[in-house]
Amino acid sequence: MAKLQYERPLIQKLNTGTMNKFGTRTEYRPFTEIDGAKVQDLIKDYGSPLFVISEKTIRDKYNDANRAFKTRYPKVQFAWSYKTNYISAVCNVYHQLGSWAEVVSGFEYNKALKSGVPGNKIIFNGPDKTVEELKLAIENNSLIHIDHLDELYTIIELTNEINKRPKVAIRVNMDTGIYPMWDRFGFNYENGQAWDAINKIVLTDKMDLVGLHCHIGTFMLAPSAYGMGASKLSELALAIRKKYGKTIQYIDMGGGFASKNTLKGSFLSGADTTPPIDDYAEAITTAILNAGFLEEELPTLYLETGRALIDEAGYLLGTVISNKRLSDGRKATIMDFGVNILFTAFWYDHKITPAQEFSHYTENSVMYGPLCMNIDVVRENVTLPPMKKGDHVVVHTVGAYNMTQWMQFISLRPAVVMVDLQGKAHLIRKRETLSNIDASEEMPVYLKEFKL
Amino acid sequence: MKIKKNIAISDSGFIFNPSTGDSFSVNPIGLEIIKQLKEEKSGDEIKKHILKTYAIDEATVEKDFYDFLKMLEQNKLSAENEKVN
Repeated sequence: MAKLQYERPLIQKLNTGTMNKFGTRTEYRPFTEIDGAKVQDLIKDYGSPLFVISEKTIRDKYNDANRAFKTRYPKVQFAWSYKTNYISAVCNVYHQLGSWAEVVSGFEYNKALKSGVPGNKIIFNGPDKTVEELKLAIENNSLIHIDHLDELYTIIELTNEINKRPKVAIRVNMDTGIYPMWDRFGFNYENGQAWDAINKIVLTDKMDLVGLHCHIGTFMLAPSAYGMGASKLSELALAIRKKYGKTIQYIDMGGGFASKNTLKGSFLSGADTTPPIDDYAEAITTAILNAGFLEEELPTLYLETGRALIDEAGYLLGTVISNKRLSDGRKATIMDFGVNILFTAFWYDHKITPAQEFSHYTENSVMYGPLCMNIDVVRENVTLPPMKKGDHVVVHTVGAYNMTQWMQFISLRPAVVMVDLQGKAHLIRKRETLSNIDASEEMPVYLKEFKL
Repeated sequence: MKIKKNIAISDSGFIFNPSTGDSFSVNPIGLEIIKQLKEEKSGDEIKKHILKTYAIDEATVEKDFYDFLKMLEQNKLSAENEKVN
């Protein structure tokens, strides 16, 4: 007779009348495949932990966002936010879909160029642009978004040696009714800094002020804030038109749309609280359309949406290393992935699903990573079926920021695969090896040998 | 280890401790262990039974069985003055 499937013996005290602070059970079915690629096979072929990107989800999310904006506004251009996920294969999916590149450093700028993005389709944001990087951006006709006056003066100086008029925008920060207000990037709207910067740019007549940019925050759950931002940028654009007779070609609303992740401390899950992309589109496009632009002078709407487009396309597959009991009787599960590769575990209560069959019994536990560090907590409390050593799990909605903010700390970074539209997995980033780390190190000759 | 004699055990995995008023739920394998403990079977006998019935290795059974006994103890379901064997 075939043996029965084993499940760890479990006893749960029943409490009536009080709320379970661990929340109710959320997982009902194992998550066994991603777009047709089996989780077990992916782990067998590429090891564990493993990041998996669904190309289908990327394309679906992009097409949905594109539809939401283009059905409401005539001129829309997306630019892929490199910092959200700059693995080249991921960027290229967005470029195939028509996205330009939005970069915030010289490194990202060169990465976009190397991938074949034309210079005039790169938006160069960020507070740190070196003289050499600015020169390159001017030569390439890239859109330079000026963050501070020092950068503006550097560009003015560069125009004396480069026979080209840089194409610039200024980054504007403003009160859009949300807290905290982001005022460290760009020039403030309310106190007049933004208008001063605009006057300087126009009056020096060394560069073309082609756009206005803002990036009001991150994981913004209030679409109305974008409406406010778009109104203020439109007012600035119309004031420039009135005072100088110059038409602003584009308004860039930056990024910050929320994904379906659940923020820590949030009572409801992200799936319930995150506004649909249509709400953001409605708020932004209505504000611009109602601002008073002449029809032929409507600015193009640029969007640097990152997280909302990629987060749900990313999965992290992992394996249970061990179960243990904490001093207070709570169960703890140790996984082979930690906060070093799942940086967003600091912000979100990630949805985690077992990748194999399980019963309806659950237990509350703390989920730890493998690092020898007390802060390595993947979930402070999670209700999951009992799992044993070697069982696999799938962490959902990890496509944004993890593959750029991950750290080579204690352990090496895992491989990344992309599952294509036919369900075939492609390795898009190799698992790191010791030689990757060694390659950057130098050993002084006198330290080469030792005796123990 | 012995389980308290007055503990009520239902076939669906509902456990009631009349001396404290606490109730618990256990999964099928937990229920099997508790029933066998009540029948005063030894730890070795119970582990052998699990190994025979379920597709699992000895080390995991050993680890999980003693963790389960600890939980019974922590939940005050073990007979007083009895030590984990």
